[in-house]
Amino acid sequence: MLETFQNLAGGFALALSPSVLLYAFVGCIVGTLVGVLPGVGPLAGISLLLPVSFGLNPTAAIVLLAGIYYGAMYGGSTTSILMRIPGEAASVMTCIDGYAMTQKGRGGAALALAAIGSYVAGTVSVVGLMFLAPPLAEFALRFGPPENFALLVLGLLVLAYMSGGSMAKALAMAALGLLLGMIGIDTMTGIFRFHYGLVELGDGVGVVPTAVGLFGISEILLSAGRATRGEIHRPRMRELLPSRQEWREAAAPIGRGTVLGFLIGIIPGPGHVISTFVSYAVERRLSKHPERFGQGAVEGVAGPESANNSATSGAFVPMLALGLPSGAVPAIMMAAMMIHGISPGPLLIQQQPQMFWGFIASMYVGNVVLLILNLPFVGIFVNLLRIPYGYLYPSILAFATLGVYAVNNSVVDVWIMTLTGLLGYVLRKFDFEIAPIVLGLVLAPMLELSFRQSLAMSAGNYAIFATRPITAVMLGVGLVLLLLGLRPIFSRAVGWRAAIGPEPAARREG
Amino acid sequence: MTTDRLAGTVLTAFAILVLWESRALPFGSIREPGAGAVPVLLALILLICSLAVIVGGPNLYRLAAIEWTEWRHAVAILGTCAFMALALERLGYRLTIFVALLALLSLVERKGWTAGTVFAVVFSLGSYYFFNTLLRVPMPQGPFGF
Repeated sequence: MLETFQNLAGGFALALSPSVLLYAFVGCIVGTLVGVLPGVGPLAGISLLLPVSFGLNPTAAIVLLAGIYYGAMYGGSTTSILMRIPGEAASVMTCIDGYAMTQKGRGGAALALAAIGSYVAGTVSVVGLMFLAPPLAEFALRFGPPENFALLVLGLLVLAYMSGGSMAKALAMAALGLLLGMIGIDTMTGIFRFHYGLVELGDGVGVVPTAVGLFGISEILLSAGRATRGEIHRPRMRELLPSRQEWREAAAPIGRGTVLGFLIGIIPGPGHVISTFVSYAVERRLSKHPERFGQGAVEGVAGPESANNSATSGAFVPMLALGLPSGAVPAIMMAAMMIHGISPGPLLIQQQPQMFWGFIASMYVGNVVLLILNLPFVGIFVNLLRIPYGYLYPSILAFATLGVYAVNNSVVDVWIMTLTGLLGYVLRKFDFEIAPIVLGLVLAPMLELSFRQSLAMSAGNYAIFATRPITAVMLGVGLVLLLLGLRPIFSRAVGWRAAIGPEPAARREG
Repeated sequence: MTTDRLAGTVLTAFAILVLWESRALPFGSIREPGAGAVPVLLALILLICSLAVIVGGPNLYRLAAIEWTEWRHAVAILGTCAFMALALERLGYRLTIFVALLALLSLVERKGWTAGTVFAVVFSLGSYYFFNTLLRVPMPQGPFGF
């Protein structure tokens, strides 16, 4: 315990150094802007700004990106509450009661409660991250290649199981990402795979151009041509103070949202989005007056907003302790760390404690920065919505191109960005999740290496995956999830056989 | 035709293509996989999942029901990306971004040539100054060092 606090003190010394503090500030501001802008979620925002972080030292880069991530969670609530436009997916539930409060003239109080709930949840969940990550990492030090392989497979299967749509579609996307990760030089034999004469592909398909294309460019393609926003409500400072009754109503939902968000955030999948739905449902069920939900219930704002901020910290637990990103945003952040020569995982805390504890401390600092930024300057952030989209998206496109090119000084990366942008656009039109592609791409080299190392350890005996307890348990859980997720296909197949008869196809598709 | 069936068919074709292309790589053996083994395994997984997407699960989205109202913008934006990829190292950063922004603003967004030109000049020179001059990010130079 004492060692933890000593480490944290060292982390604060780093996080409060002027340069790191500056990047925490910049990250929080950019994240808030990203959250405020509808359509540019944290994923697209981090993807687009990732290349900018390459010129920084590793700690500053990660602090900047983390600031964007949780800044976007704060910022997303602003447009939800004031305009009923969710800045990002995790703010959808806030729209319902947040906007209803605005219509009743309590928009300022809703913003304040959302910001304070986010602050409390963000801070408490960092405490959880601080105490949970080190022992988890210590446990993971026992992992050899078979355990790592099982962990990566389990991570992909949990993500596919937790995805909103069909598991087969999510798994197909993960397999596509893993296949993209096969391009380049095989680390074990040195053989150049699927290069088609392009030497730039030696290091493989870059995560940065792929992520920028799949999330950033596809978002621009989907939202181009839309009209500028209409009326924008700007709350005044004195409207930002909640009443005593509102404070009382918000306290317990903030606490519950914090715990729920953190626990859901740890599980692979879009935890920050799911946690808001769960929190809203829990608050509604526990309320003595559930009929107030949808009419401006304080609990409907405080709970989900706390949950989504708490989930962002939860998502860092498996990434920092196990080297397993729990979703697309942690996957991109993990890629950023790897570009800086840092390998997230069990050895990170031992080998680079300054980096780990500096990051933890910067999250505390970031939460304070966000609280300071979000309330007094809410009117300024809302003004961003006045910029016509016709000017905004060409600027984002130019920045994206510059950023992607700057990674390797290669136009091949710009082509990859363009092609993955088209791929992401079509897949999103077809209701496919694209996050598993990025996760697959990031995990592919590790997955292949641990698989082949495991077989080398056992002289080609596949029983190694069943005889080691941790591996067997993880693969067993993965298999159960796979069967549960694919159950609708089998039941559908039964239905299809039962439906054979007059005009079955017409009935099925009609 | 539903979106799942079309996407599943395309993914199936892609998986078969990967299997075909993997012939050139050494597979090794089941006990000692070579450089081609994991790609083959993944292509088979993709193949199975794609077939599952085609046959399984209720798909509510018919292909004809998807609206492509933004397709003109999408084609223009992708065309601009392709232009930037082609021109970046030939014309240099400033000229490429200037032309790309001018085309998007004046031709696609119809903001007028004056507004488009002013915005494109300010953005291309301003971003070059910020990233190249201040942050020392290496950016491609065009002919005549511009």
